[in-house]
Amino acid sequence: MPTSLIDADSVLAIEIGTVSTRVILFDVVDGRYRFLGHGSVPTTASAPINDVSVGVKEALDQLHDITGRVFFNQDGQIQIPSQPDGTGVDACVATVSVGPPLKVVAIGLLEDISTESAKNLATTTYAQVVGSMSLNDRRKTVSRLDTILQLRPDLIVVAGGIEGGARASVIDQLEAVGLACYLMPKEHRPEVLYAGNSALVQDVQDTLGSIANLHIAPNVRQSYESEQLTPSQPALAQIYRLVRSRQIRGIQEVDLWTGNNLMPAATAFGRTIRYLSKEYGHTHKGVLGIDVGASATTVASAFSGDLILSIYPGLGLGENLPEILNLCPLGDISRWLTVEVSENDLRDYIFNKAIYPNSLPITSNELAIEQAIACQAMQLAVKQASKAYPSDILGSLPGLLPWFEPIIASGSVLTKAPSRNQTLMMVLNGLQPTGITTIAVDRNNLAASLGAAASVAPLLTIQSLEATNFINLCTIISPVGKAQSGTPILRVRMTTEDGQESELEVKQGTLATLRLPVGQAGTLHLTPLNRFDVGMGGPGRGGKVKVVGGAFGVVIDARGRPLRIPAEPSRRRDALNKWLAIAGTG
Amino acid sequence: MLASVTHVLPVAAIRRERLMPIEGRIIARRGQQVNPSDIVAEAVLRPEHLLLDIGLGLGLSPKEADHYIQPRAGDEVGEGDVIAGPVGIGRRVVRAPRSGTVVVAGGGQVLMELEGEYTELKAGYSGIVADIIDERGVIIETTGSLIQGVWGNGKVNFGLLNILAQAPDELITPDMMDVSLRAAVVMAGYCEDEKVLRSAEEVPIRGLILASMASTLVPAAMSVNYPIILVEGFGKLPMNQEAFSILSSNGRNEVAVNAEPWNRIGNTRPEIVVSASEGAFPEIPTEMASFSIGQTVRVVSPPYKSKLGTLTNISQSLTRLPSGLLAITAEIQFSNGDKAQVPLANLEIIG
Repeated sequence: MPTSLIDADSVLAIEIGTVSTRVILFDVVDGRYRFLGHGSVPTTASAPINDVSVGVKEALDQLHDITGRVFFNQDGQIQIPSQPDGTGVDACVATVSVGPPLKVVAIGLLEDISTESAKNLATTTYAQVVGSMSLNDRRKTVSRLDTILQLRPDLIVVAGGIEGGARASVIDQLEAVGLACYLMPKEHRPEVLYAGNSALVQDVQDTLGSIANLHIAPNVRQSYESEQLTPSQPALAQIYRLVRSRQIRGIQEVDLWTGNNLMPAATAFGRTIRYLSKEYGHTHKGVLGIDVGASATTVASAFSGDLILSIYPGLGLGENLPEILNLCPLGDISRWLTVEVSENDLRDYIFNKAIYPNSLPITSNELAIEQAIACQAMQLAVKQASKAYPSDILGSLPGLLPWFEPIIASGSVLTKAPSRNQTLMMVLNGLQPTGITTIAVDRNNLAASLGAAASVAPLLTIQSLEATNFINLCTIISPVGKAQSGTPILRVRMTTEDGQESELEVKQGTLATLRLPVGQAGTLHLTPLNRFDVGMGGPGRGGKVKVVGGAFGVVIDARGRPLRIPAEPSRRRDALNKWLAIAGTG
Repeated sequence: MLASVTHVLPVAAIRRERLMPIEGRIIARRGQQVNPSDIVAEAVLRPEHLLLDIGLGLGLSPKEADHYIQPRAGDEVGEGDVIAGPVGIGRRVVRAPRSGTVVVAGGGQVLMELEGEYTELKAGYSGIVADIIDERGVIIETTGSLIQGVWGNGKVNFGLLNILAQAPDELITPDMMDVSLRAAVVMAGYCEDEKVLRSAEEVPIRGLILASMASTLVPAAMSVNYPIILVEGFGKLPMNQEAFSILSSNGRNEVAVNAEPWNRIGNTRPEIVVSASEGAFPEIPTEMASFSIGQTVRVVSPPYKSKLGTLTNISQSLTRLPSGLLAITAEIQFSNGDKAQVPLANLEIIG
């Protein structure tokens, strides 16, 4: 890559997470962006510091010790752009996920159409819908007003009216919003995002412009049939930034360093996944990114550049952890345990972890619990997110994960697992991919920062995605079909670049691996049996596919979709441990 | 690495902000002596409004109706007071169906804020109101033994401390909740039976300090009308020896139980304060410190959860834990002489 194409030189990426604050320095070396080092400290949003910029500065001190670079000028501010003496950086980007979810009231016309779209839009940032209103609910204006005043939302999302559709009823819906804003002290007024019929924008501005913190976004429901959330997400990200700046000291300072471009971490993560989906457009499959973090589990699903971003604060592994017990029975978590833990101990662990979200599992029992929770969080998040997938995407059967290429796993529980086969099994059990896909791990958890950097240094993003930041775990083949356990369902023959051949007949209910060293190319010849579908044109259809070896070579997951695991606890644990061991042999 | 300090102190100067979530009315005065259950401020958390259609009531267009509206924004009106009119031969009027305050009038409508129910902010501590925070709350200063908990059910009260636990992890059973505990704050070990919480409500007690509790009891604990504080957490965990000693030596003394949930960003934490005898002038303890050798620390996760120990060494490089994870650790020596490597992330400084 010629140096002249590099547009911003050094880039400082700041991540302010619930648990940790990281600063990462990239710079151009020999015409390519390189990761030069990072600093990491506990986030300082909490008492007694209550200022995230303190943690950022402490992390920068660490980075200074590692790289020798001086970041601050004599005024104590980050020096942007860098100076001839090497002080400072040329660009600064930042992502944030710390803080409680935004409290959102969703307003629309029809409960299951535009109100649902307003709710869906809220799930594309760190938010919790605390109330909703629609024409159907028959509450009077004054009752809606009291509801808003009682809920004290951070954000009101108003949708409604397809393009060319209803007008008067949309404006009627705004009456309670306007009154509530009027009655609230200015500093406590919620942000209001209008994402309804675009023909009414002027009317909305006339109604709310002078009394509300009004933001306008494209209509999320242009027609009854289609929902378009992506165009409204920049406005939502902007609102998130504003609210966080008010709620958490220090955010504003960091935001200034970025030129008011601070982003929600999940939005930035989604950007990276969207970019990858364009790169992988030729596969005609989507790209799936999953980030299991302390503040939320994020699912970013992108199909040829169209991103569906779903953020679930209730499935975060931090202070909100007990929320998962409202979303599934405890048994749905304990079924993923590779060790014996009583349900009471598991529940107690969940509540204690919420009190000390920064704590690390010391023993293998605690690690197994956290990995079981992560597995279930992924499953719940993807199940929910898939409701928004377009109906025409490629896949095998309804209710199963559609075909993706690749699947990117991020978040410390996945990327920092002591062994990679644990990561692989969490992804396989939690997501249950189908067909043929590659599973990669964002090993330094850089995906969000790279997404944030895309606007100031696109080459950094591109080059980092090409580089070793993403570890290819394996190519996974997951046949879909019905057969008795033990029935042969797939024949696989693999030819490597150096001419070696290996063959395997895979039986239903098993997990099998084929050794293919990292980076080595191979060709798989797949012959599905008993009308099983491997994503090569329909049930029973096979063919050739080129693959590249990952850490575990090629893995054939023939355990069934949906995965059925033994009901009896000790047999289940045996099965999970056996699969874990097999995955490690690839 | 900086770490927050959890206070388990036999005597400390305590200065706490007590804030309402929204603006309201401050009742306490600067310099006032307060008890934990005294109301220091109040606000309407659940406002109620009424929208009167004056045009409809008077049979006029909204524009015409505006001429007949009598009160202005900010005016208080009583039930039955005339809001608009009279109009015409019949001298039609619109009256206030309930008493309240007019907040907006115009466009043929009047919006009234009704007299809503006030939510009260309790002092939470026995002490002096050191300062007033306009429309939001007060700052209270006091002196006493201070023990910070890890979980609270949101209630506040105070009373004389009654020690039920003879050991830091003693199980509390329903039959132990008898009438002798009436109006007391009870200190006990581990609770696993919902009947204990229900019986305590019937006695009634004024507060329950537990070492630990089964997490299945959270819904019941949230529903009782007295404060519950867990000093250690969930599951059968013994109370740390320091806290147990301080509380055990304060039987029959007045204790304030402020069971506010632990909110790190909002600066609230469940706390137990035993009023100090007069004449103590301790300093306000530090809220944050760097880890250093010789400190007393508490382990916050299994397998050493709730154990206190002395920090004897901090590793300079990453250590592999039994789980296989890599972390910066410290060597902790427990009171029985055993030593363990514990991640710094799993430690809190006690002081």
